[in-house]
Amino acid sequence: MICQEAHRLIHPYLDGELDLVRSLEVEAHLKDCQTCAQGYNELRGLHSAVSDTALRFEPPAALRNRIRSAVRNESETANRSSRVSWRWLIPAVSGAVLLIVALSLIALLNRPSTSDLMAQEIVSSHVRSLMEKHLTDVPSSDRHTVKPWFDGRLDFSPPVKDLAAAGFSLVGGRLDYIGNRPVAALVYQHQQHYINVFVWPSTGASDVSEKALVRQGYNLISWTNAGMNYWAVSDLNLAELREFVQLLQNDRAAVKF
Amino acid sequence: MVQRGSCLQEENKTAQFEAIALPLFGAAYNLARWLVGDDQDAEDVVQEAYLRAFRFFGGYRGGDSRSWLLTIVRNTCYTWLQQNRSRELTDPIEDKLDEVESSTENPETLLLQTLDAQRVRQALEELPIEFREVLIMREMEDLSYKQISTIADLPVGTVMSRLARGRKRLRELLVSRMSKETLN
Repeated sequence: MICQEAHRLIHPYLDGELDLVRSLEVEAHLKDCQTCAQGYNELRGLHSAVSDTALRFEPPAALRNRIRSAVRNESETANRSSRVSWRWLIPAVSGAVLLIVALSLIALLNRPSTSDLMAQEIVSSHVRSLMEKHLTDVPSSDRHTVKPWFDGRLDFSPPVKDLAAAGFSLVGGRLDYIGNRPVAALVYQHQQHYINVFVWPSTGASDVSEKALVRQGYNLISWTNAGMNYWAVSDLNLAELREFVQLLQNDRAAVKF
Repeated sequence: MVQRGSCLQEENKTAQFEAIALPLFGAAYNLARWLVGDDQDAEDVVQEAYLRAFRFFGGYRGGDSRSWLLTIVRNTCYTWLQQNRSRELTDPIEDKLDEVESSTENPETLLLQTLDAQRVRQALEELPIEFREVLIMREMEDLSYKQISTIADLPVGTVMSRLARGRKRLRELLVSRMSKETLN
């Protein structure tokens, strides 16, 4: 081995990076070459001088703990951010569901009830019927004219009563359309006030006693009797309308009158 | 379940990281201290490096943990130096071997017995960072050429030549200091 090659290999030799064959070659050269051996000794001296533990910088003891807690902190932050979705998911979903339920309930409660919608329809029909030439299809004060008129026009036969003796004279009958079905509208008159009585078969079996409502200044009374729904609407005051309804419901009165 | 699972996973990860990275704390600090040149800055850099390492820990697939951690420490040091001491990072030095090969021509003998730690420390601090870092890694941390090449992102041949040149420069620095002292 020549000195030039030895110089190239002396560092990896010192650092233990040479394979065995090369190492032995360098070793042999160092035995023979005084100059290279001296250079190698210097390098070794330098190596031990630099690797002197006194040259190492020792970290302050507190740093270890600082790093530890910084890492733990980081870990917790990561944990929290990864957990946050799960931790809040259940309450969040519950909250959302509750909100939806609440809103639906409010909407449901605020929604006009079937009865309200019906009342609205009844009033609208009543108002429309009072417009020019809309009141009756069969103008007659004779219930024997009015009642048969509905035959063939409806799948039921509305009871028609003559209450003229009590001050409620029959004006006539009319086909109307309420609650998605054709209904019988019986028109009565009391002084200057018209009364519309809407009649159609009820879906429920039981009778329902009278309920009074006021819509747009009109009084309404609804009831179910003997398988028929009745809605009476008029601008009459409630007392007179009640009286009318009582008369209408009272079979004896009907017989009487 | 998922919450507990991720929690355990995270705790596990932290414990694993601590088991692997904390024993290397001394080497990390020593390298950082030699690169940034200040106690407080080195502390900050090491802490930053550990946090980075923890974030990257998911990508650590076992193997040489020293190379892995010290790579991050070194990179953190260089980032810090670029931001705070950009003057220290001069143009990359040329890695040539011929400089080493002509090293026989230095007739002056290094008086090894006069090498005290203080002198060597000062000479090391004067070395350009490229030489200093390979010397620290090789002589103090006893890292192999392969490990140094990984950490410093250099070919093994460059590691070898930088070590040779670094040692030569260090030697020259020490010789010139001693001759100055002798003259005085």
